[in-house]
Amino acid sequence: MTTPEATTGAAAAEPRHGLRIFLIWLPLAIIVDLIVWFVWYPHFPPGRMTDQAQGQQFDIAVMTVLSVPVLLFIWVYFAYALIVWRRRPGDEEDATPIHGNTRIQATWITTTAVIVLGLFVFGTVQLIVPAGAGAGEGPSPIWKPHVNQLLKVQVIGQQWAFTYRFPQFGGIETTHLELPIGEEVQFNVTSLDVIHSFWAYQLGVKADANPGVNNVAFAKPQQIGDFTVRCNELCGLWHGAMFNTGKVVSPVSFMAWANGIRDRETRAGVLITLPAYSLTYDPTQITSLGNTLKKVLGITGSPGYYYSPANPVQP
Amino acid sequence: MSVPVRVVTLLVAFALVVVGAVFVVAHFVLSNPPTVDYTGAAHNGQVNVVLQEDPQNNSASKPIWVSYYVMKPGANPNSQSSWVHTTLFSVPPNTRVNLTIRGYDGCTPLRNNFWSQVQGTLGNVVALQQFQDTGKSVGPVKVTSIVNSWSGCNVGHTFAIPSLGVFVPVASPNAYNNGNKAGLCGSSPCVSGPFSLESFSFMTPDHTGEFRWQCFVPCGGGYVDGNGGPMQTIGYMTGQMNVVSS
Repeated sequence: MTTPEATTGAAAAEPRHGLRIFLIWLPLAIIVDLIVWFVWYPHFPPGRMTDQAQGQQFDIAVMTVLSVPVLLFIWVYFAYALIVWRRRPGDEEDATPIHGNTRIQATWITTTAVIVLGLFVFGTVQLIVPAGAGAGEGPSPIWKPHVNQLLKVQVIGQQWAFTYRFPQFGGIETTHLELPIGEEVQFNVTSLDVIHSFWAYQLGVKADANPGVNNVAFAKPQQIGDFTVRCNELCGLWHGAMFNTGKVVSPVSFMAWANGIRDRETRAGVLITLPAYSLTYDPTQITSLGNTLKKVLGITGSPGYYYSPANPVQP
Repeated sequence: MSVPVRVVTLLVAFALVVVGAVFVVAHFVLSNPPTVDYTGAAHNGQVNVVLQEDPQNNSASKPIWVSYYVMKPGANPNSQSSWVHTTLFSVPPNTRVNLTIRGYDGCTPLRNNFWSQVQGTLGNVVALQQFQDTGKSVGPVKVTSIVNSWSGCNVGHTFAIPSLGVFVPVASPNAYNNGNKAGLCGSSPCVSGPFSLESFSFMTPDHTGEFRWQCFVPCGGGYVDGNGGPMQTIGYMTGQMNVVSS
């Protein structure tokens, strides 16, 4: 393949532009990457409230450190081209024709291939090692944390609120979520109506809440503090208002809170009115009503009945 | 066609499109039901707000869905003219709202029976009494922290302000009243027919703002899972409590 230099024979008069660009780009990339890693990275979202959030923060930092040199190379090249290869007054000649450059092509293909394949490997490892990286893994998670004890928290979405059940505390249900620091949590996410998405941003957890499906995600709180839960799936009129708050607290505080809820819901007779804990719920099956449901229909004599998923016929 | 005629035709057509767009936006997109102002009715840090939920509404120009109504402040609840077909009302901040709901609609089981629990009201309780269509009360006032929707025919709808932690199941007229053979109210706003009378109190926040409220019973009959229609429309089974300075 013929190089431009060989074609024109003017190489001797030209400075080594590639080397110049490289020497401008390299220190700049190193400086900015160091700033990103040591100054910006600790403040990256979503923070370090859980191991999953910290993992995501690390992933974002790695991606940023990799992308900064690429971005800077484009900017440096662009600026260099504008300054050095600008058209000067009286310059009416065409630029030097380029018919190919094996070295540049090989460098380009190798570099981009290494970046893409490296990110593929990195992304896969970062998805598998931290037990799904805080994402919903479906009902049978492939990647689980290697611990003996898990706090199970069921997240139930419905238009337009999240509630939380704790099967290890008698199946209590709350509108507020508290979690103990230092304990691995298994979220079992489901829905009673349409598709919602449980997004505890600061916890680094996001899992779709589908009716009739148990979607499992993991996280281990490692910082005490407040977090927000939002729905991240457009779910109707008040989707934008479908949020509530939670707290990561000490194990002692968590036990006091959970036991307090259990005592209160037992006293108030709430626990016995809730359905038995289950990974999913079919809200059209209300065992406690049984034949009474028919009686209810008879009593009301109006549209005061339960609307099943088949009303109207679903597409 | 001459150039002036063409220009005029173009301008007229353009004007018609603009007028049509403005009409659609103003009439359908930006239009809201009226807001019943309770700020002037507040006294000594308290305000009495009255709502009713009906099996339907009798509007000729709107869908005849199940619907809430808001009573004008201090009006007579037994007069239809006292009721406004809306779910928007305004109250002052840092005020105790004494809310009374007249439940005229029949029962529908909750999708999540957790909402059978009274939460966020003062004392986490409601005062509940049933009335026959004759106006005669059925039994004494019952103060309760739970109205179980999965037992008998107890709950018609709910009134919930999630951001304030207020969740209240609203009893259906048949709750504790199985002997009542009278049909439900057939003409809204309802001033006749058996109904439940439920009262509870909660505090408004110390700042102004718009707080959405909703029903958690999937009561949109004819829509998938009962979640469409009135459940998704302000003015029917969801609305806003506007906390504004008086």
